[in-house]
Amino acid sequence: MNYEIVCGIETHIELATKTKIFCGCTTEFGGEPNTHCCPVCTGQPGALPILNQKVVQYAIKAGLALNCKINTKSHMDRKNYVYPDLPKAYQISQYDEPLCENGYIELDSGKRIGITRIHIEEDAGKLVHEDGYTYIDYNRGGVPLIEIVSEPDISSAEEAKEYAEKLQLIMRYIGISDCKMQEGSMRCDVNLSLRKPGDPNFGVRTEIKNINSLSFIQKAVMAEAERQADILDAGGTIVQQTMRYDEATNSVTPMRDKENSDDYRYFPDPDILRFSIDEEKVEEIQRSLPELPFDKLKRYMNVLGLPEATAKQIFRYRKVAEFFEGALAEGASVKNTANLIVGTIFSNMDTEEEKELFAIKISASQFAALVKLADEKKINIGVAQSTLQKMLETGKSVEEFIKPEDLVGISDDVLESLCKEAIDANPKAVADVRSGKDKAINTMFGYIMKKTGGKADIRKAEALLRKLIGE
Amino acid sequence: MRAGISELAKKLRNREVSAVELTKAYIDAIEKLNPTLNAYVHLTFDTAMKAAQEADQMLKEGDAPLLCGIPMALKDNICTDGLTTTCCSKILKDFKPYYDATVWEKLKAQGAVLLGKTNMDEFAMGSTSETSCYGAPLNPRNTNYVTGGSSGGSAAVVCANLAAYSLGSDTGGSIRQPASFCGVVGLKPTYGAVSRYGLIAYGSSLDQIGPLTNSVKDAAIVFEAIKGGDKRDQTSADYEYDSSLAECLDRDIKGMRIGVAQEFFDGINPEIKSKIEEAIKLFERNGAVIENISLPALKLALPVYYIIACAEASSNLGRYDGIRYGYRTSSYTSIEDMIVKTRSEGFGDEVKRRIMLGTYVLSSGYYDAYYKKACLIREEINREFATVFEKCDVLIAPTAPNTAFPLNYKGASPVEMYLSDICTVPVNIAGVPAISVPCGEDAKGLPVGMQLIGRRFGEATVLQAAHFYEQSAGQVIGVYEGGVGI
Repeated sequence: MNYEIVCGIETHIELATKTKIFCGCTTEFGGEPNTHCCPVCTGQPGALPILNQKVVQYAIKAGLALNCKINTKSHMDRKNYVYPDLPKAYQISQYDEPLCENGYIELDSGKRIGITRIHIEEDAGKLVHEDGYTYIDYNRGGVPLIEIVSEPDISSAEEAKEYAEKLQLIMRYIGISDCKMQEGSMRCDVNLSLRKPGDPNFGVRTEIKNINSLSFIQKAVMAEAERQADILDAGGTIVQQTMRYDEATNSVTPMRDKENSDDYRYFPDPDILRFSIDEEKVEEIQRSLPELPFDKLKRYMNVLGLPEATAKQIFRYRKVAEFFEGALAEGASVKNTANLIVGTIFSNMDTEEEKELFAIKISASQFAALVKLADEKKINIGVAQSTLQKMLETGKSVEEFIKPEDLVGISDDVLESLCKEAIDANPKAVADVRSGKDKAINTMFGYIMKKTGGKADIRKAEALLRKLIGE
Repeated sequence: MRAGISELAKKLRNREVSAVELTKAYIDAIEKLNPTLNAYVHLTFDTAMKAAQEADQMLKEGDAPLLCGIPMALKDNICTDGLTTTCCSKILKDFKPYYDATVWEKLKAQGAVLLGKTNMDEFAMGSTSETSCYGAPLNPRNTNYVTGGSSGGSAAVVCANLAAYSLGSDTGGSIRQPASFCGVVGLKPTYGAVSRYGLIAYGSSLDQIGPLTNSVKDAAIVFEAIKGGDKRDQTSADYEYDSSLAECLDRDIKGMRIGVAQEFFDGINPEIKSKIEEAIKLFERNGAVIENISLPALKLALPVYYIIACAEASSNLGRYDGIRYGYRTSSYTSIEDMIVKTRSEGFGDEVKRRIMLGTYVLSSGYYDAYYKKACLIREEINREFATVFEKCDVLIAPTAPNTAFPLNYKGASPVEMYLSDICTVPVNIAGVPAISVPCGEDAKGLPVGMQLIGRRFGEATVLQAAHFYEQSAGQVIGVYEGGVGI
């Protein structure tokens, strides 16, 4: 039987603030266990949280970038549950008054996946199992998170992946997180149920926890949809439970320990005052947002006229896009700039991470100086590529590699008119060439070389001359 | 009258006594009396002597703050860096915090000399201090009676002159009621006036630290020293009080509008009622205007208090799991087993009762009926207080419906015990300041306390009214003989 997938994704993203959400400890990843800690983030008796305003700003940024409404009044709640990595036995989170609500992400197909809400909360510590013991590292405890909850609008594994991919790209772009799924700074939980096409009611759903790569999201959705379909086809019923995706076997299995009727006993945290967000601040944050990636992609294609394949390679890395636009601002041409980035600079970068970091030795204006030589046909593309490679290796400017005398300096148009001049000035030689005295063409070469100080491309000139004489 | 803080400060500056001598005198008295009274649960004599030496140095250099070299005590739920702080609970046995509460940091900077940590009800939950894991402190005025609670030890050490002053905490009356039972002065400041950073939480939206002292003037001096906004406590606020609260005390009360709400007098022991009525007449004779007012929502204050305080406590006390600090059960089979056993063995009955109550009222399905409704009524109580304070400067009420209970009093069920907080909890719910001052003795010779309640950040008026009463009423209770003879 055919079923329709009904899927929503909850995404936790660690915010890249310098300090934790309720204290001044660093959020740096790693470090010796329990060295990024204080009385507040280890839940010492008597310690009190102070809400980091940067966290609120970052979450508003995320909300605006995902087309959300920003709630002007908000507060923090306590989510009570017992686990050794949670030192207060409650997580400070937001329950009924999230910072942002009602946004969306648009897929390539034009379909919009609704964002129900975005709220801020603290991360927990980490359990480390070693030599038969369990140790707790609270370095991660209190690192700020946003949780982004989508509507159950996703109806295929591909859409699930595209949603997460776009979300990751947008969050990286606005600079609030590095969204590294392997390091856990972006973690996805997938909720999924099946229903018969046209059925207005939802089926029983399961939740696949902590998926840590984009491709696993796609695979996990497929595997879970198949698992549920098999059960339903056999006349069985789906049990609402928490599942785990195992990438080695590409299968989804129930998690052992979690019972599913948790009562978190949410209530407003009395230690943190209700807060309001003034609209001016929201407007200020709105103005500070960069052009969002998919707006940029559209502009690259529709306004700059870049082919889709090239545009897609450039727009997805914010630093690359900035470098690209920086070169354009210096007067470099769209086509050559894009091709040199994709063809030459990227050939030095093997991983997504390197492109994301885009740590190169030359500035956009050094790069533009080179591109412009190619634009003006003063050097040909082959020379431009090899010179760029040398610049990338040394960080030196184009002048270091291309001396004035190396410049072709003669555009095709100029060369053509010089050829015409040479023909007009040497009727005898032209007649000789026509009558088969091929060497007579040298007279015209001499004329052109004299006029250009030897910089004309002699092969190009020959081809042009023969074409003109032949006519 | 025994020497107040100002007199002690003067003697220290006149070199009549050194801080070291003064501290030794208190230590001698504590060694003599504390084995009986059980008012201190942790003694910090070594650090006290060191602090006294440093205080003498500060005094010698001149310009020392008023509280420099004056021996005092802290309730055992106020964190002191490196010094045992247990909330008188087995679950925090031997717990030594690695940071100072803001109030202690402030007092320490002034050169205060800490003699020890005082006995209290476990996690400040109780009205007699008998839920302490160290056993109850005894009322110095009559050792067959309780000190009240939860800051019973802090009241007893001041009463018995085993500290010049002490700090307590007040969530539903825990400063004022023991002050009343022991015949001392106890001030619960406005919620937010004093930083809670380092106060081990019971009911976070109600808890407030305040002084227990021998006089209203001392209460003003100590409050002055500990108040103020704290960047480590978001619920604290910097309020601009009159430059010196101690100087406001002597202002004339003529024209002061004093509210009397009948609801505060329902079910009050007639002996206590008559003492308060005498006090009201004294105010009236001296030019105060008595306003009869009504606070109808007051009858709901008690259930609201127990729902909100227990809800917050159930969450605040979740962290005591034996993993990071404090008591851990000796044998267990799994982490879950360890947590369950640690908590079962580490908490006393009253704490367990309140954790269960709080867990229940926050549970899904009951939240709206209990916790949410309590919060709505809390707002109504706040509105009623705000309206009343448009007409009045202070309210007058008993501190407790009764005087001190006999020790091990078995006549009361937990609910009847909760009823004894009826006069004090509305003040915490509304977050307003209130002071308890002695206003007489009952037939058994036990002190009666009168409560003066002010508007938010109205401490100056409350202290002024209390000081006036204290000065005009004369010696209303017997003088405790014993303790330090300075």
